[in-house]
Amino acid sequence: MFPRPIQTMSPAFQRGYKIALPIMLILWLLPLLGVALTSLRPSGDLAAGNYFGMPSRIAFENYVDVFRNSPIAQYLLNSFRITIPTVIGAVGLSCLTGYALAVYKFRLSLVVFFMFVAGNFVPFQILMVPVRDLTVNMGLYNTVTGLALFHIAFQTGFCTLFMRNFIKALPRELIEAARVEGVNEWQIFWHIVLPLVRPAIAALSVLVFTFIWNDYFWAMVLTTGAETQPITAGLNSLNGQWVAAWHLVSAGSILAAMPPVLMFFLMQRHFIAGLTLGAVK
Amino acid sequence: MTALPDIHPPKARPRRRRSSLTPWLFLAPGLLMFAVYVLIPIFQSVWVSFHDWDGLGPMKWIGLANYSELWWDDAFYTSLKNNVLWLALYLLAVPLGLLIAVFLNQTVKGIRIYKSLFFFPFVISQVVVGLIFSWFYAPGFGLFYVLIEWLSGTGVAILADERYVTYGIIAAGLWPQIAYCMILYLTGLNAVAPDQIEAARLDGAKGWRMLWHVVLPQLRPATFIAVVVTVIGALRSFDLVSIMTSGGPFGSSRVLSYYMYEQALSEYGYRMGYGAAIAVVLFAIMMIFITGFIWKMWRDERGL
Repeated sequence: MFPRPIQTMSPAFQRGYKIALPIMLILWLLPLLGVALTSLRPSGDLAAGNYFGMPSRIAFENYVDVFRNSPIAQYLLNSFRITIPTVIGAVGLSCLTGYALAVYKFRLSLVVFFMFVAGNFVPFQILMVPVRDLTVNMGLYNTVTGLALFHIAFQTGFCTLFMRNFIKALPRELIEAARVEGVNEWQIFWHIVLPLVRPAIAALSVLVFTFIWNDYFWAMVLTTGAETQPITAGLNSLNGQWVAAWHLVSAGSILAAMPPVLMFFLMQRHFIAGLTLGAVK
Repeated sequence: MTALPDIHPPKARPRRRRSSLTPWLFLAPGLLMFAVYVLIPIFQSVWVSFHDWDGLGPMKWIGLANYSELWWDDAFYTSLKNNVLWLALYLLAVPLGLLIAVFLNQTVKGIRIYKSLFFFPFVISQVVVGLIFSWFYAPGFGLFYVLIEWLSGTGVAILADERYVTYGIIAAGLWPQIAYCMILYLTGLNAVAPDQIEAARLDGAKGWRMLWHVVLPQLRPATFIAVVVTVIGALRSFDLVSIMTSGGPFGSSRVLSYYMYEQALSEYGYRMGYGAAIAVVLFAIMMIFITGFIWKMWRDERGL
């Protein structure tokens, strides 16, 4: 193990480490803690210059205010309406593509695979003008569907990379044996491979959920109004309205951050497996 | 895919045919979506970049005029310079992530919670990170502002000062990126072969020498992914610039991705052709890195 286990060090060193841990953590999360605290501070405190001291009381009304005086509930709902279909669509499509690229040997298989991988790295701006134009022409500009369709297509690149590598690592004998038995290809996929890739499906779902929930660029390009914009773009326009009303901005930020954070804590293991692209075990 | 004459005897044909078509059937829906929304638009953008177009009316062919305009555009060079700065400083996330990973790679009580909480910044949206850091830097009461004021006597409004604004935004971007690199290295450190470490330890290796000669070579896959995601992340930076400064003050914190968006969809009118030309330049820069990454992955794949 590297570095040397702390247990082999002197007691003084061990104590030092245990004190350093929480101090480092607080320093690391200081900006976040500041915002969380501000979101619970009554606006009177900020007006009186009490930015860092104890809040005079805990002001949950900031959160109530945010819900009452802004379309934030609608923004949050839109985010779910965009994110959930994207997760289902992209993970579903990539099960198919990943299976095709992992199980069959055909001439263009590596070329197709690396096309997915490379497409996944391109800058969004090179896609922006044509994708916006396409969405407008399909009559899907400023709709949740238009945004979700793009996300599904783009995320399929990343998901294919992950899924293909995952399926490739499964024992081939399972598939060969089924073929010998005369099971057809679709049934092999459905009854043999799909149940085995459940961990990959879980990892990708959590990850794609977070990516799409946090997307800001495409929301700005493909949607405009409060009826369709997700929370990231919504927060940007609210930030413009709430100039210097930091207690509201903070409360809105905390709300926007909540779903992916919960997702991460509930599904941590899967999340990390996905982030390392399955390459680092 | 090409229509080569079939040299196989007719008897073997039906089975071969079916099995060579099957993968394409599985690929079809995903590949179709990906082609329509990702692959084809790349070429369309290049095409648009040779035109003058407001996004609605007819496109007018102007050849390389957009590119020659870029050549004389000061704002373009500011953005390009900032992109280089982003790239160079963003890569600090890799060693810093390793540093935190090494610090946290212990087995004391509650360490799992610490690891998750250190990873926290990566999970939240860049929009929220941008707002958090705007508050952190806010003149008058921002934590960072107050700290500087206390140390040096005068506060600095980071986001309103042309000299510091880009550094301020990059620092905000580093926060989640360090967390990402940290988690890659933590997983990597878990897989480091303990017997090699013990053997090296018996040979008297420790500290930096151990890290450099024994541990880092084993962390290669983690380092590769960390560099890939950091380079791509640096060149894709858009959210933070948009949220924290909208490219200001006076356009001094623009990066290519933001400048492109501004030109193509700004309130001053849609210049799709010019925007596309900026995007093509950014794409060309990224292609250098993407080609390198793909080349390495391709080699690894062949080696398997």
